[in-house]
Amino acid sequence: MKKFLRILCLALGVILAVSVCACGSSEKEGSVETIKIGLAFPMSGMAAMAGKYSTHGADVLKEELGGKITVGDKEYPIEFVVMDTEGLEEKTANVYQKLIEEEKVIAIAGPDSSKCMLAAAPIAQNAKCPAITSFGTNTAVTEVGDYIFRACFIDPFQGAVAAAYCDEQGHKTACIMFNNADAYSVGLKDAFIENYKGEVLAIEEYSGSDVKDYNVQLTKLAAQNPDVLLLPNLNVELGLQIQQARTAGLNCQIVCGDSADTPDVAKVAGPAIEGVAYVSAFSAESTDEAAKKFVDAYVKLYPDELPNSNAELTYEAAKMIVWAIQNAKTLDRAGVRDALASIDGLELPSGKMTMDPETRNPIKGGIIMQYDADGVTHFVSTVNP
Amino acid sequence: MKTTNAKTMHPLLRKIGPLLGCIVFYIVIMLLRRADIINGYYMQVMLFAGVNVLMTASLNLVNGFTGQFCIGHAGFMSLGAYGAAVITTMVFKSNSIPEAAQIPVFLLGLLCGGIVAAIVGILIGIPSLKLKGDYLAIVTLAFGEIVRALLRLIQPIGGARGMIGIPNYANFFWIMFFVVLTLWLLRNLIYSPYGRAFIAIRDNEIAADAMGINTTKYKIMSFCIAAFIAGVAGGLYAHVLSFIQPDSFGFTKSADYLVYLYAGGSGSLTGSVVGAVLLTILPEVLRFLATWRLVLYAIILIAVMLYRSEGLIGGKEVPFLRIKRSSLYEKPWVGRKKNDMSAE
Repeated sequence: MKKFLRILCLALGVILAVSVCACGSSEKEGSVETIKIGLAFPMSGMAAMAGKYSTHGADVLKEELGGKITVGDKEYPIEFVVMDTEGLEEKTANVYQKLIEEEKVIAIAGPDSSKCMLAAAPIAQNAKCPAITSFGTNTAVTEVGDYIFRACFIDPFQGAVAAAYCDEQGHKTACIMFNNADAYSVGLKDAFIENYKGEVLAIEEYSGSDVKDYNVQLTKLAAQNPDVLLLPNLNVELGLQIQQARTAGLNCQIVCGDSADTPDVAKVAGPAIEGVAYVSAFSAESTDEAAKKFVDAYVKLYPDELPNSNAELTYEAAKMIVWAIQNAKTLDRAGVRDALASIDGLELPSGKMTMDPETRNPIKGGIIMQYDADGVTHFVSTVNP
Repeated sequence: MKTTNAKTMHPLLRKIGPLLGCIVFYIVIMLLRRADIINGYYMQVMLFAGVNVLMTASLNLVNGFTGQFCIGHAGFMSLGAYGAAVITTMVFKSNSIPEAAQIPVFLLGLLCGGIVAAIVGILIGIPSLKLKGDYLAIVTLAFGEIVRALLRLIQPIGGARGMIGIPNYANFFWIMFFVVLTLWLLRNLIYSPYGRAFIAIRDNEIAADAMGINTTKYKIMSFCIAAFIAGVAGGLYAHVLSFIQPDSFGFTKSADYLVYLYAGGSGSLTGSVVGAVLLTILPEVLRFLATWRLVLYAIILIAVMLYRSEGLIGGKEVPFLRIKRSSLYEKPWVGRKKNDMSAE
């Protein structure tokens, strides 16, 4: 027993000593002006898969830079400091403190979830360290303060993408059926109406996911004979809605939000799914030049997998930070923040991106995907609203 | 067991010594913080460690001292967190009240959080603690899930998206204050006749009943006090993190506290402190191992449980947390077999 305790103490002592050494050496590196970018992602726990894709996405950028960054005419070594948030709020808060206070990073990319970002954002804001969440869609995240940015688009923005797509396709008239009890649905609908150049013929609503019969609303909409039907609804509702819409005689184009991107929708809708289009953040099939370059670089690094939205958005977040470092007036956190807020037309895999300096949400392109008769999704086009 | 320390210590020193020690500790920490030797990161880990000590110590009262089995302790934490956060962010808007009123509002919030948790604790304790056996485990497990599901549904407090913008009132002083206060109160409670009754129930419920102890009453009392402390700890947690959401108080969190409790040593307040502090800090210390750290963390836990199944400090107490008849606490995990109760 005593022997065991002694061994345990010794082991803990060694670990402490090593960690202290590790801290010491990283400080020495800091003195030769290494620029550090923090990456906070869940490497373990429930969201470990998302974290894996995220760090792989960042690895692509790391490979691209080759450990160096040119600012003005000076070259600095650059380092990505990856830390595990476990997908938990407290751990994310700890990671943020460590990255800001100990690693002295210039900016942080991640975490991917809104809840972790909401716990970490006040820390970054207080320390005045710019932070970009890759996939935190909750609008409240960037409202925490002027140092908090977002790489993904917020939910209502999909409405604008859908509207731009419908205009591009020459659809002159549209009908909408939405869930008035859900913020996602209402937000998408409002953004669509605001941005759509054609005419919205009729809007029908229902409340709650427990509604299973949409025939009354859909029959009314079918009588309008629109060019396009917008269903900005939740994935549990969409399958039945698509099926019933086709039965009610709505044979026009159906457009949905990114909630349609689940296999269940196609399963429930059956053959009716053919031709249904939806908005998405990114597709590995994209034909866009920057996207192809990114996918190729990714596959070269990780031959066994294709990048998903997590990988792509983390790449974009890190890329924004790198761009901001290169274009900052002063090479410090405040300078990077100002540069981030001034991003205008940066080429990214998901299209051209402009940062809204007021809300710190990106204004960028979306992807339109479409289901084929077998319920498999295919890339259609990139839309820049 | 060596009790010489406690016996040779001057009575006055024994009484105020620990308090002096805490004050000195606080001052040293604050000085180091000012000198920036302790940065915000260490500070924050210490705050979480403090909250975890409160949670583990309160769980210890039910699991370690009264011999019941509560596995939904995070449920009380969430009630306390939401109770306190509603008071400080919704009833009194944090940015519209004068600075002087912030602390009273904060304390009121913590009190409300604790009371809400305690009331719910009584409500679920009455039906499940009347029975002997493991019913409490099942009921508390279900309770934790129900609270989580209900909090998700209540839209005014954020629903599933959680509550944001909670002022971060809980600084090191308040966390330390509540940890010291709670440990002191728990020690005195366990020292009191009530505490003896709890321990009697743990060691042999039938015998305790036969001795005239109203076992149901004492079990509910212990459970209710633990729920109150967990509620206060939840309130502190909310004001450290300034963001709470229902899913962070799931079963995994309850399991965390069970781990802290049994790794530190159940039936020992010192064990709760050591377990909670050590296991909060350990994953942070191991960060340099990147993805391997949780593997090592688990291996260390397994090793502790294999070689010290009673927990790191199982059955022992530091002098100022120990009561005079320490033999009562010598080996709670074999408590029933003890026959030297009157040794001292």
